[in-house]
Amino acid sequence: MDNLLSMVTFLPALAALIMAVWLRGDDEFANRNARWLAMGATTATFLVSLFILAQFDPNDTGFQFVEEREWLLGLQYKMGVDGISVLFVMLTTFMMPLVIAASWNVTTRVKEYMIAFLLLETLMLGVFMALDLVLFYLFFEAGLIPMFLIIGIWGGANRIYASFKFFLYTFLGSVLMLVAMVGMFADAGTTDIEVLMNHEFAFETFPVLGIQIVGGMQTLLFLAFFASFAVKMPMWPVHTWLPDAHVQAPTAGSVVLAAILLKLGGYGFIRFCLPMFPVGSEVMTPLVLWMSAIAIVYTSLVALVQEDMKKLIAYSSVAHMGFVTMGIFAANQQGVDGAIFQMISHGFISGALFLCVGVIYDRMHTRDIDAYGGLVTRMPAYALIFMLFTMANVGLPGTSGFVGEFLTLMAVFQVNTWVAAVATTGVIFSAAYALWLYRRVVMGDLIKESLRSITDMTPRERWIFAPLVVMTLLLGVYPGLVLDITGPAVANLVSNYDTALAAAEAASQLASN
Amino acid sequence: MTSADLTLVLPEILLSVYAMVMLLVAVYTSKDGLASTLVWMTAGVMIALAAYIGINGEGAKPAFNGMLMIDGFARFAKVTILLSAAVVLIMSEGYMKARDLLRFEYPLLVALSAVGMMVMVSAADLMALYMGLELQSLALYVVASLRRESAKSTEAGLKYFVLGALSSGLLLYGASLVYGYAGTTLFSGIIQTAQAGEVSLGLLFGLVFLMAGMAFKVSAVPFHMWTPDVYEGSPTPVTAFFATAPKVAAMALFARVLHDAFGNAVSDWSQIVALLSVLSMFLGAVAAIGQTNIKRLMAFSSIAHMGYALMGLAAGTVLGVQAMLIYMAIYVTMNIGTFAFILLMQKDGQPVTEISSLNMYAKREPGKALAMLVLLFSLAGVPPMLGFFGKFYVLRAAYEAGLAWLAIAGVIASVIGAYYYLRIVFFMYFGDDSEDGLDKGGAPILSGLLLASAAIMILGIVNMFGVETAAAAAAAVLVN
Repeated sequence: MDNLLSMVTFLPALAALIMAVWLRGDDEFANRNARWLAMGATTATFLVSLFILAQFDPNDTGFQFVEEREWLLGLQYKMGVDGISVLFVMLTTFMMPLVIAASWNVTTRVKEYMIAFLLLETLMLGVFMALDLVLFYLFFEAGLIPMFLIIGIWGGANRIYASFKFFLYTFLGSVLMLVAMVGMFADAGTTDIEVLMNHEFAFETFPVLGIQIVGGMQTLLFLAFFASFAVKMPMWPVHTWLPDAHVQAPTAGSVVLAAILLKLGGYGFIRFCLPMFPVGSEVMTPLVLWMSAIAIVYTSLVALVQEDMKKLIAYSSVAHMGFVTMGIFAANQQGVDGAIFQMISHGFISGALFLCVGVIYDRMHTRDIDAYGGLVTRMPAYALIFMLFTMANVGLPGTSGFVGEFLTLMAVFQVNTWVAAVATTGVIFSAAYALWLYRRVVMGDLIKESLRSITDMTPRERWIFAPLVVMTLLLGVYPGLVLDITGPAVANLVSNYDTALAAAEAASQLASN
Repeated sequence: MTSADLTLVLPEILLSVYAMVMLLVAVYTSKDGLASTLVWMTAGVMIALAAYIGINGEGAKPAFNGMLMIDGFARFAKVTILLSAAVVLIMSEGYMKARDLLRFEYPLLVALSAVGMMVMVSAADLMALYMGLELQSLALYVVASLRRESAKSTEAGLKYFVLGALSSGLLLYGASLVYGYAGTTLFSGIIQTAQAGEVSLGLLFGLVFLMAGMAFKVSAVPFHMWTPDVYEGSPTPVTAFFATAPKVAAMALFARVLHDAFGNAVSDWSQIVALLSVLSMFLGAVAAIGQTNIKRLMAFSSIAHMGYALMGLAAGTVLGVQAMLIYMAIYVTMNIGTFAFILLMQKDGQPVTEISSLNMYAKREPGKALAMLVLLFSLAGVPPMLGFFGKFYVLRAAYEAGLAWLAIAGVIASVIGAYYYLRIVFFMYFGDDSEDGLDKGGAPILSGLLLASAAIMILGIVNMFGVETAAAAAAAVLVN
């Protein structure tokens, strides 16, 4: 199969097209068709994507399943996966059927809802597979459109503000990246990511508006990409769009946002910043590490005082993404491995946590922590699942949350002990806010009158959680499932990074002599 | 004047003769009763001529002792102009007929202004340039005030005329200076005198005045004041016409003068064009935010778009001209779709232009709302729509010409601009449910054009329907 990747990518879009063209009416029958068609399409995508995983050779550090076609303006349509991206592809295809299943109760404009999610899946998969700068940008940016609509149409009371903020914030971040891409195109004469990884961008110091830019062109390009990915991650202090977007988005939107869309930023750092601008990354590393450490501590403290459950989990996401950026810019094997692991595991855990909120939100239509309490008496199954994911979020050994945090902390300890020390306190804070949330919602006596008749999870809801529980525990006890696949590619990336830095060092010494 | 010259300008001659003969025929027969037929006939003639120009003709041939230059660049611009004018005519027919606006002069005036535009884009001499420009403008002044009984429409026509006359004055003054210092009105002569670094002060003044006149025609800031009022006051189909063909013609003329006459002094005008470009992008983006009328909004949107097209021109390279041509082709296609949508906006049969009237349009007309959504994101330059590729081309051209600051300014303006396009999406999709919405249905031609234009925005990303290579060829002829 020569075009396996394109098949996987465009299968959901094809289903969306079929839905848009042939599915008519908005009675219950049409809605049911839309749901099942979306479910079928996402499941089929997942099944087909299993072929990618099955045929993937982890020991080959290059790109696999590569497809290449001519396109406009010297650009190309080029897709491929390597050890870094293949698991993100799998994460996306794995999560989407669960997301669709979690939206079974949506009743307004079901057809449009499903179309938006299917298109979003295509675009997210495209981001992870694109091997051409502009193709990457195209998928990366286009994803804003369905998400904007999802928040704006099916969101909560303050959805307009949140959707505009989401769109404009991320749009502003990425347009600078576009200019940088144009600059790279001009400099290297190609937009092929594979070629650009081996292209050496200039790093001689030069002045811009009177300021000496250390690392020259590479630092500027790095900053432009950083602007985009830092917003997407999101990193402190440009994270403020995320709590708004999360709170206002419908449950399924939050799950996609937390589980997949946030990973685009981290993936971008690993795919572009480290291999293409090693000198620029090196120059900016202290800044990024400290920003991550601040993010971990600060957002954990902010999470502690939240009264809205979704907002609390959103802030905890920002904190966990802090571990990711920290690991990436430690730029050693453990760091990058840990960052990828943390992203995958956070995909399962935060997705599950938002689903947990969704379960009780569907029943009570409020996300206020104060409105709950003592749920364990009426909802034992829910209490168990919520506890598992709370513990995973805290990073309890045995769950996947532990592995990522441990690896990234270990990595950064080798690079900068102070940052590691500050970040480790974040682990304690995360235990504080997560356990406190759990106590307030689930434990205690059931004294709220409104909760007397609340019912436990339905079989549909249990089935949605089952795969997530399995993955969280499985990766917790056997992290090799992920690390064996990412390992060789990451080792290659790190050694290239070190070689490039050494070469740059030698060149600058030669110049100064 | 030889027969070879006449063959070269055959399309222009045919179109003028057609317009004049039909004028007489209509006057002596049933006058406005013939109007509908004339609209379709004129559109047909234009499409036929566009096909003729597109298929026939190779190489660059000067006509009338170098007064006109029939080359690939002119052909590209002419095809775009004729096709967009024809489509706008087709769009107008039903709308104007329903409102009793359809006069038999309308299609013929559009045809005559198209002749003016065709002369403009192939002009290789300041006199020919002026003749073309005036023929175009005079016809446009009249169609702007087509709705005679409406104060706003007559105001639009008058405003357009007075300011247009002023700009023509500026342009003529510049032309006289250029003639005085270069000793010729032929571009081929001017380019000999205007060498980089040694452009005399008088010639430079002439150039600046010429550019001011042309900037008025493309409605670049600070010569844009007329645009919102004229757009709002004119009947909507006429606004659609203003937003498309004349903009292409003026932009092509701009490129022609700068490269054919002053191509050896790129450094002297590049900064001015860059300034016009950055001002237009920002003013277009910022001023549109407060608009409640969709036609005024589109006026500011077109100002911003002209800014991006000028960015390509500011580069002063082959790639820049190519980017500008592609940008204009995409811009015209988007605008035709958008104006088809605006023409569809009706309440109880009356046209509405308030943006807030679109409340929950998506619920009543999901298909059309979706098409408009695609167009809006394309106008905002969000991938994967074709509008993004237009922006990508001009950004690349500007960056490679060393205008990185302009590229950065451009993308920041595009983020500001995205806000008001999103506002329309907001009304169509996020509003509260209300019974009091716009009419459903509408002319099938308009719906068809809307859907076609949206489809082009998405399907075009595969290969741009070959426009890319055509534009590359056209640009290569102009810049040497």
